[in-house]
Amino acid sequence: MTKSDRVLTAEMIAEIQALFPRYPLRQAVTLPALHVVNRHLRHVPLQAVVEIAELLQLAPAQVQDTLTFYGFFKQDAPHGRTRAWVCRSISCALRGGEEMLEYLCQKAGIPAGDTTPDGALTLEPAECLGACEHAPCMLAGDRLHKNLDRDAADQFLRSVRSNAVETGESVS
Amino acid sequence: MADFEPVLLANIHLPDSHTFDVYEGKGGYRALRKTMRELKPVDVIEMVKASGLRGRGGAGFPTGLKWTFLPKDHPGPVYFLLNADESEPGTFNNRILMEEDPHQILEGLILSCFATRATAAYIYLRYEYPLALERMQRAVDECYRARYLGANILGSGYSLDVTLHRGAAAYICGEETGLIESLEGKRAWPRIKPPFPAVEGVFRKPTVVNNVETAACVTQIMSRGSDWFKSIGVPPPADNPRDAGSYGPKLYCLSGHIERPGCYEAPLGITVRQLVDQYGGGVWRGRKAKAAIPGGISMGLLREDEFDCPLDFSGPGRYGCLGLGTAAVVILDETVSIMDYLYNSARFFAHERGGQCPPCREGTSWALKILERIRAGRGRLKDLDLLAEIAGSIGIIPGTTICGLADGAAWPMKNALSKFREECEETIKRTNPKGWMVTDPVPALEAGITVHELKAVH
Repeated sequence: MTKSDRVLTAEMIAEIQALFPRYPLRQAVTLPALHVVNRHLRHVPLQAVVEIAELLQLAPAQVQDTLTFYGFFKQDAPHGRTRAWVCRSISCALRGGEEMLEYLCQKAGIPAGDTTPDGALTLEPAECLGACEHAPCMLAGDRLHKNLDRDAADQFLRSVRSNAVETGESVS
Repeated sequence: MADFEPVLLANIHLPDSHTFDVYEGKGGYRALRKTMRELKPVDVIEMVKASGLRGRGGAGFPTGLKWTFLPKDHPGPVYFLLNADESEPGTFNNRILMEEDPHQILEGLILSCFATRATAAYIYLRYEYPLALERMQRAVDECYRARYLGANILGSGYSLDVTLHRGAAAYICGEETGLIESLEGKRAWPRIKPPFPAVEGVFRKPTVVNNVETAACVTQIMSRGSDWFKSIGVPPPADNPRDAGSYGPKLYCLSGHIERPGCYEAPLGITVRQLVDQYGGGVWRGRKAKAAIPGGISMGLLREDEFDCPLDFSGPGRYGCLGLGTAAVVILDETVSIMDYLYNSARFFAHERGGQCPPCREGTSWALKILERIRAGRGRLKDLDLLAEIAGSIGIIPGTTICGLADGAAWPMKNALSKFREECEETIKRTNPKGWMVTDPVPALEAGITVHELKAVH
């Protein structure tokens, strides 16, 4: 492994190391470290797992074991620039959540779980987003879309296409 | 209930209610300052015990008693974990508290840590709450600046550090030992108990795990007194002296087919019907209710004629439900098919089970497959027996699993099959007129084939 093949940048390493004093055991930094890498790379490739394991003084298998349990971190390819979760649990389902997911998938031209070919959007079903009073709802990046309907879905897709990346700054 | 004054939600409608200045301006942190000046940890434990506070996360274990399980002369450290992994379908009360009144939670957290002599606290916050994360982090930072956190808090000699720890979208992390494993950086597989966390928890040290709303209640108890807390709610039923009673205000989440969904604060013991009529504005679109989930999807189902069920710790159990759970009430109107509800519930549990205990792992998967087959028009009455068999054999109650997730998966099936048997049978007969009576084993749906494709084939 040459230096150029490594995926963790100095910035990511510094972010991870800054968390060490907060925990008595380094293994506890596993999930925070995965989040750091995921925030930067939008996925956590196997090589990143190896490098996280080095930092945390663990076997790569220990980090990989944790990563795969959560099903949250993509490994093979980055998720879209916007990652959207459409809630399908009971309160949203009663208010049309499943239909909204189907509608969004159809409009975006991808099955649930996939990313659009231009890399702009990943659409995923979510289990309860904990915003049941706003059902049906969707979490896109850091923004909660409440009382989703077709118009709001269309508008969301337009904003994604025009490359407006969903960030935490527009939390409403 | 009209004379009941909200306490936990008293300030959430104020502008900038999430900020330190607004919280202190409304009298916040007074209880903390008084406690640090005048009280000992044991005094706080005694007050919380006397209040009758039971944990708000779902299990309803008496909070003060939980604290006393910590070993007396342990050299430390003791850890305190705030369970903010709220993920039970229908539940959002913790989110509202964290977004709108994070300091009320932090004050309770600091008081609880002082009582239990914990020197480090972790707030395990579910991934799906970015705004709650932002506001809780800001609140923690503000507390450090005010010297309510850090070394030698307010000159008391007591020190506490608080760290926010973000989850990764897994329901099982809300189980307290699953949460501990997850915090340690491992898969969130719940532990076999004993040892209980109080004896050996996170990092193999004594640990307390409490829910967000529980912490907010501690703030109010220390501010208003245990007698005040115990004056709200209902005492134990006369025929069950082992019941610890249901005291204090409770945050009820109301969603589904309801006119005004939302989080409402009411005394423990309000009935489903009162909640729907007095707070929720009735069933939506003037329809009739068919059923209600009493406390998150795990708790099972109440029929409309059972809506006088009091939502206290023992009420839903008397109506055949698993318990009060998170007090998240979801209304199903008359148009909802019970099979659709069952399918939604089974899909959730098959997706969210930890996979550690075979009865749950296999049971939840097979329940989902059977319900998928019924939805595809190939159900048989025999399938209802199979579902009942699964429901009766997975969980802590039959003794086959480590954690209670499987009991939560079982209860919707149990309640639906007993309370809506006729409808379940009718649905199967209607959707599979030729094959509903078959009792021989039949194959599961072909792997990879969707219900949609299957309908196209047949």
